[in-house]
Amino acid sequence: MGIEKPEDRSQKSVTPPNPPLGKGGHGGGNLSVNIASLKLKNPVMTASGTFGYGEEYSEFFDLNRLGAVVVKGLSITPRQGNPTPRIVETPAGMLNAIGLQNIGVRAFIKEKLPFLRQFRTPVIVNFFGDRIDEYIQAAEELSNADGVHAIEMNISCPNKQAGWIVFGTDPKIMEQVVTAVRKTTNLPLIVKLSPNVTDIGLMAKVAENSGADAVSLINTITGMVVDVKRRRPVLANNTGGLSGPAVRPIAVRMVWEVYKAVKIPIIGMGGIMNASDALEFLIAGARAVAVGTANFVNPTATIEIIEGMERFLKEEGLSDINEIIGSLKIGS
Amino acid sequence: MPKNFKANITENILLNEHFRLLNLSPLSDIIVPEPGQFYMLRTGDTYDPLLKRPFSIFRHEDNTLKFLYRIRGKGTLSLSNLKSGDIIDVIGPLGNSYSAPEGDFIAIAGGIGIASLLPLLRRFKKRAYLFYGARNKDELIMLNEARSLSKEIFITTDDGSEGEKGLITDSLSDFLNPSRITHYALPIYACGPTPMLKELSKVVAEYPSSLLPLNKGRMGGVKCYVSLEEHMACGVGACLGCVVKTVSGYKRVCKEGPVFDIEEIVWE
Ligand SMILES: Cc1cc2nc3c(=O)[nH]c(=O)nc-3n(C[C@H](O)[C@H](O)[C@H](O)COP(=O)(O)OP(=O)(O)OC[C@H]3O[C@@H](n4cnc5c(N)ncnc54)[C@H](O)[C@@H]3O)c2cc1C
Ligand SMILES: Cc1cc2nc3c(=O)[nH]c(=O)nc-3n(C[C@H](O)[C@H](O)[C@H](O)COP(=O)(O)O)c2cc1C
Ligand code: FES
Repeated sequence: MGIEKPEDRSQKSVTPPNPPLGKGGHGGGNLSVNIASLKLKNPVMTASGTFGYGEEYSEFFDLNRLGAVVVKGLSITPRQGNPTPRIVETPAGMLNAIGLQNIGVRAFIKEKLPFLRQFRTPVIVNFFGDRIDEYIQAAEELSNADGVHAIEMNISCPNKQAGWIVFGTDPKIMEQVVTAVRKTTNLPLIVKLSPNVTDIGLMAKVAENSGADAVSLINTITGMVVDVKRRRPVLANNTGGLSGPAVRPIAVRMVWEVYKAVKIPIIGMGGIMNASDALEFLIAGARAVAVGTANFVNPTATIEIIEGMERFLKEEGLSDINEIIGSLKIGS
Repeated sequence: MPKNFKANITENILLNEHFRLLNLSPLSDIIVPEPGQFYMLRTGDTYDPLLKRPFSIFRHEDNTLKFLYRIRGKGTLSLSNLKSGDIIDVIGPLGNSYSAPEGDFIAIAGGIGIASLLPLLRRFKKRAYLFYGARNKDELIMLNEARSLSKEIFITTDDGSEGEKGLITDSLSDFLNPSRITHYALPIYACGPTPMLKELSKVVAEYPSSLLPLNKGRMGGVKCYVSLEEHMACGVGACLGCVVKTVSGYKRVCKEGPVFDIEEIVWE
């Protein structure tokens, strides 16, 4: 049985491919993709929270080579984050409970954005709040800032006004917050989905119907590690979010489910370590990918993934990466 | 600025049951490390262990980077299985370094903490009063070199198998006794397990600057610098996983540290 997919995926054909920019587009095949009105020179971005505000990794490679930089999640007021330990390694992955530590939207705009404006790479700002009005305020201020090209809503955090239910796990709450943010911004709006739900396709559909221009997934999967001698959770926050190669099959499956459910572009992530991993996501239906935990293991992982995609196009005799997006074959 | 590079393992020598010495020959140009800085080392090429592990630079000579490590868990065990000729991924040098002491100084090493302090002792030969503590005699690794580089050495072990039996911080307390006033204007550099550093903070707090005629304008008592350990994921300041609570909020051990002024730290 073939997958039933909605027909309107026009974004990929309406805009002609970008001419390759800098070294990143070198090698023949076209790597550029569009996420709503956002043109990316290649489909590889960084995952929020794994790349700071871009400064640290700029010491290892030229940020101009990335498809986009996605920065650490911001809230309207600064957050100090969780007590330590905040991270623990798990088999082929890690749990983190950073607690959304961040410098706040205003300090970001003043102190970090000028640095990012030096690059020809779009900046996507991840943001969150624990009330709807905090989301609105953050979105408003980010939309007015020079050098923010798209915003990504992290809805994997609890809603203070609704008994701390996680925004992204309740369709109604999610609809409210996405609709409210949609009204305040003209920037491409990406909704980052939580995998901690029963039907991620449904959640994606809610995001789409509420005005999202794209969805990104997956955020981390909630997990726990127990110190058996102390009989306590290892993390001070008890639970944390699982990321890294361990989650990849789940993430690929979810991207595929979302691809079947919505028409808007998908940014896929979860455990991408190399080009082959990234291609799994594109084939399953993602228009772009984000690389997270892999940056920690290898600071130039993103660049190696871009180069690996170029090689793949060549080897497969393809001229455009868009040809493989959603090309998954099912059945005979 | 740190570099991301590959290095050839030239030696991964067993020193005794617990400790190994790893010698790396970088395959590209490197930046010369300062005492107190560290490197992130990939401990194998599988996804388990996944993350790199932090190790202090133990020695840098003839374009070789040397690390002294203790086998502790999965990562260090995996590292111990690497052979000479293997290539490993390295990032560094990372973090800040020990500030140079003006004259004599006190160094406090708890166990493997000696790895981080020896480069300082080597650079400032015979200027350190070294307090070196470990569980037992076997765990006093690099004792001969430590002794030869120090002005005076004070050894403590938990079981009394070498030196004094007891806590390193107790022997420091005796040394800092106000009747020996010349000693306690000396800066202190410490590296070791967190409980030891926490104990040290209490000892140091007993010597407020008001008691210090020889204080040369230093604020807040004996000047004490500690090198901290936290679990790390990125090692470069991007993940916020390795933070420590300070009087001015959370700071990243890998970036603003690993060396901190002890008075800055909020011990929990
Ligand atoms: C800046 C810095 C410099 C270091 N320098 C050296 C060095 O020169 N030589 C050396 O032998 N070790 C050093 N360490 C410690 C070393 O990084 C850990 O021993 C190593 O990461 C343990 O990995 P593992 O997989 O073997 O152990 P794991 O299985 O990860 O852990 C084993 C035990 O060690 C604890 N642990 C693990 N990592 C850390 C950590 N980073 N801080 C505190 N406790 C931890 C765990 O909670 C557990 O109880 C340093 C750490 C830091 C932060
Ligand atoms: C240390 C760390 C911090 C993160 N912080 C955020 C964040 O602030 N906002 C967000 O939306 N996702 C955050 N994430 C989730 C990642 O962006 C990504 O969705 C997830 O890690 C899966 O990708 P990976 O397996 O490639 O890391 C964080 C992940 C990690 C490991
Ligand atoms: S280990 Fe990532 S910020 Fe320090």
